[in-house]
Amino acid sequence: MGLIHEVDYGTPESQAEKQVTLIVDGKPVTVPEGTSIMRASMEAGVEIPKLCATDMLDSFGSCRICLVEIEGRNGTPASCTTPVSEGMVVHTRTERLDAIRKGVMELYVSDHPSGWNEERGTGLSEFDKVATEVGLEENRYGLDGRNHVAPGNGSLNIDYLVRDESNPYFTYDASQCIVCSRCVRACEDVQGTFALTIEGRGFESRIVAGMSENFVESECVSCGACVQACPTDALREKTVLEHGMPERSVVTTCAYCGVGCSFKAEMKGDEVLRMMPYKGGDANHGHSCVKGRFAYGYATHRDRILKPMIREKISDPWREVSWEEALAHTASEFRRIQHQYGRTAVGGITSSRCTNEETYLVQKLVRQGFGNNNVDTCARVCHSPTGYGLGQSYGTSAGTQDFDSVEESDVIVVIGANPTDAHPVFGSRMKQRLREGARLIVIDPRRTDLVRSPHVKADYHLALRPGTNVALLTTLAHVIVTEGLVDEQFVRERCEWDAFQDWAGFVADEANSPEVVSSYIGVPAEDIRGAARLYATGGNGAIYYGLGVTEHSQGSTAVMAIANLAMATGNIGRRGVGVNPLRGQNNVQGSCDMGSFPHELPGYRHISGDATRAIYEELWGVKLDNEPGLRIPNMLDAAVDGSFRGLYVQGEDILQSDPDTHHVAAGLAAMECVVVQDLFLNETANYAHVFLPGSTFLEKDGTFTNAERRINRVRKVMEPKARYADWEATQELARALGLDWNYTHPSQIMDEIAATTPSFANVSYELLEKMGSVQWPCNDSAPEGTPIMHVDGFVRGKGRFIRTEYVATDEKTGPRFPLLLTTGRILSQYNVGAQTRRTENVVWHDEDRLEIHPHDAEQRGIRSGDWVRVASRAGETTLRALITDRVSPGVVYTTFHHPLTQANVVTTDYSDWATNCPEYKVTAVQVAPSNGPSDWQVEYEEQARRSRRIAPLAAE
Amino acid sequence: MSPDKLVYQANQIAKFFHSKPHDEGVAGVAEHINRFWEPRMRRQFFEMIEAGHAGFDTLVVEAAAQVRPPPPAQTVPG
Ligand code: SF4
Ligand code: SF4
Ligand code: FES
Repeated sequence: MGLIHEVDYGTPESQAEKQVTLIVDGKPVTVPEGTSIMRASMEAGVEIPKLCATDMLDSFGSCRICLVEIEGRNGTPASCTTPVSEGMVVHTRTERLDAIRKGVMELYVSDHPSGWNEERGTGLSEFDKVATEVGLEENRYGLDGRNHVAPGNGSLNIDYLVRDESNPYFTYDASQCIVCSRCVRACEDVQGTFALTIEGRGFESRIVAGMSENFVESECVSCGACVQACPTDALREKTVLEHGMPERSVVTTCAYCGVGCSFKAEMKGDEVLRMMPYKGGDANHGHSCVKGRFAYGYATHRDRILKPMIREKISDPWREVSWEEALAHTASEFRRIQHQYGRTAVGGITSSRCTNEETYLVQKLVRQGFGNNNVDTCARVCHSPTGYGLGQSYGTSAGTQDFDSVEESDVIVVIGANPTDAHPVFGSRMKQRLREGARLIVIDPRRTDLVRSPHVKADYHLALRPGTNVALLTTLAHVIVTEGLVDEQFVRERCEWDAFQDWAGFVADEANSPEVVSSYIGVPAEDIRGAARLYATGGNGAIYYGLGVTEHSQGSTAVMAIANLAMATGNIGRRGVGVNPLRGQNNVQGSCDMGSFPHELPGYRHISGDATRAIYEELWGVKLDNEPGLRIPNMLDAAVDGSFRGLYVQGEDILQSDPDTHHVAAGLAAMECVVVQDLFLNETANYAHVFLPGSTFLEKDGTFTNAERRINRVRKVMEPKARYADWEATQELARALGLDWNYTHPSQIMDEIAATTPSFANVSYELLEKMGSVQWPCNDSAPEGTPIMHVDGFVRGKGRFIRTEYVATDEKTGPRFPLLLTTGRILSQYNVGAQTRRTENVVWHDEDRLEIHPHDAEQRGIRSGDWVRVASRAGETTLRALITDRVSPGVVYTTFHHPLTQANVVTTDYSDWATNCPEYKVTAVQVAPSNGPSDWQVEYEEQARRSRRIAPLAAE
Repeated sequence: MSPDKLVYQANQIAKFFHSKPHDEGVAGVAEHINRFWEPRMRRQFFEMIEAGHAGFDTLVVEAAAQVRPPPPAQTVPG
């Protein structure tokens, strides 16, 4: 297995239809009009040396290394900036060109460490290769003049900059820089952060981050695009500087967020040296964020538990045992519990971090092995309302578009989502489109980065009061209906007309007008009207939404309200439009698809359907229960009631991620056998009796399904550190329970999924190998998958309009709890932070902070950085304050990445009416100055510390 | 689950279906409970309905007739 080498064509692909034929060094080649000579040559197999060009960026034409001669034209034009034309005859290697190139390189080298015989960098950069290619042997300019290289060369060198090592993952060594500006353009065009500039002119010009700060203090978000773009060793991964270039690579999929970026895991020996974004990945097209690119260190962190462990009571220390013993113990405990308390007294939780195949096996274990449907997933706490809402309106539970669709959007509506932080690579794509002129409406209580960032400004920011989404979405519909902006032709052709009329009558009611609604949602009526008009009439309108929509007591209703808006304006069923949930974790979509919900078999088919059950009954040789099983909150309730006693949790930390921590803890504590399978002793493991070591995405084969329904391959790059990949551990457990499972590779699990699930019918590892990735539905009517859904008709036939009456949450502010707390996440950390906290990413976020408006802070005598106590009727916690006008008066905000903060101690057990998705986004709280961590936090730390003890092995 | 919580959740469902025509609303509440409530919850639900628990929304009370009775509680492995 070697290093995968992706061809760099030098300039981006031209989308033109017209083809042009030319001759390069005697070889004819046909390319689309608008292609550069450089790219056309590469396609003909002739590589022209280049420094400032790369195919991720538009050409710039500054280095003058890529010159060519064209018959019939004077001079030596740059091939990267010169487009092809019909019949052109190009020569890329002539004596004249060789001489010019050599001259140019010589100049570069005279002010570059390699010219100074200094051993720096890798010696293997693109720059070094070009130097060899052009046959550079001498440096006639000498080394005595002004230069950027020698740290003084005897005397003080004002042009010398010391290396910037501030970023934990890469260095910037200015002396290696040739000012080709590839990094600056990558930061602007690809990432959209604008952190880098060229300071000074001519000889004095340098690349600087921010206002000449070091990288970590600048606005740089450490996406790595500049490092990838740099042709020298000026910007380079620290791991590569330390260990040299990688030797082999494997294409796989990031295990962090729902964008699902493709990466080449580049290895040396058994170690991952770096993760390089894969240009062939259809979700990310060669871009990445700090998490996927750099934050993989948790995979080898010393906290990882590599041996199975068991204990009698949760107050005992852990005892390391063999896999055999742990599995036999677990199986006998589950059987005992079922014997004693009934078949339905046990259940399982699947993980949105694990692969489709692993999730499928856990639900199979529960349904086939436990004989009940008590299986749920943490998607419950994030996107279950999406499943319910879109299912009701359109007939399927998934985003309607692929990411590329945003390139054709004219109006982008972002609701309760923060893509630049939570889905950064897609956020960058969205920003590209916004810089090209698409209009933007942001609906969010907080001023997210998207509202105002370099070269992006929202046309409308509707900063509504937390908890009033449905009122706002319905009043937008009111404007669209009453001002006659409905796309009637679309509605008549594609939707149920009666339901539409009923709905139109409902939204048109005066009570839903912006003028009335404005008073309680806190958004001016004219802004509501303006935004509604813009969405309805501005061209292709696309809605992207996140947890700020779903995590409410009316989460499902809000999803339906969004679906209504898109149908009413005809914004569904083609590129550039649609309704798109932005999924939190990497495989939320997949875990939902795979039958993780207690009422659904894979492919969203209700468990009460006899025909569907029959498919599995025949294959698995058991009778399946036709009753829905318990959802996570129900499991905890039933545990407290005594009728639920055993739980198998794969790769989830329900104690930290689920609402009302006290209630979760009480439920777990009431169980007799809690089995946690994870990388680390997570918070839930404090209540576990069995711990099975998990495996990282680097240690297994499988697939993840991203937010655009794209099934991406996960490929094993190293052996499981704890003997089993997660799917193997589940299989071993199933065998210990007496099931006859014999999968030898995850591809066989996928074959079973395809054979039993119509929307996956044609999915196979061979197909994925061939196509790279595929978007479901993928079956005989869409053999290569489905980038855009509902094109000719909705999955359910006709689209259904549904009344969405606003019901205020019962979580209300009052004299005791006058502020509304809402929660979110930030770029560098991921979910409950178990992985990212174990990487250098902590330099960007070492604690959760409470954002509070200056007005509210002043009233309470709080200064930025003070410890404050946040109390709700559920509980209280303490953290430090950050005073900012990003939040409105009356609203406070925090993230939930650190266990000590336990924001969920404060959140209540209110939940979505349809799915029980917790109402994370609204909690009434009071905030007051405090001296430090609360009693509960101190106690919790102590309890956690005690329950993590591992007994020393007895001397043999 | 605590009776209050069960009533609360049932009434939350009813609140959504109140915006529908009456009969559709009743059917909607029942269907929702049938599709998503595990037998234990339905068992408790019926016990409370039969005991005439006062807290339920009228739509919930009306829907009860269309809620599927849970299978008998069992305590042996199945
Ligand atoms: S790492 Fe990303 S954000 Fe930072 S300077 Fe480079 S391109 Fe810009
Ligand atoms: S965390 Fe998300 S955006 Fe970042 S690299 Fe991974 S999949 Fe891509
Ligand atoms: S590569 Fe064409 S000018 Fe630099």
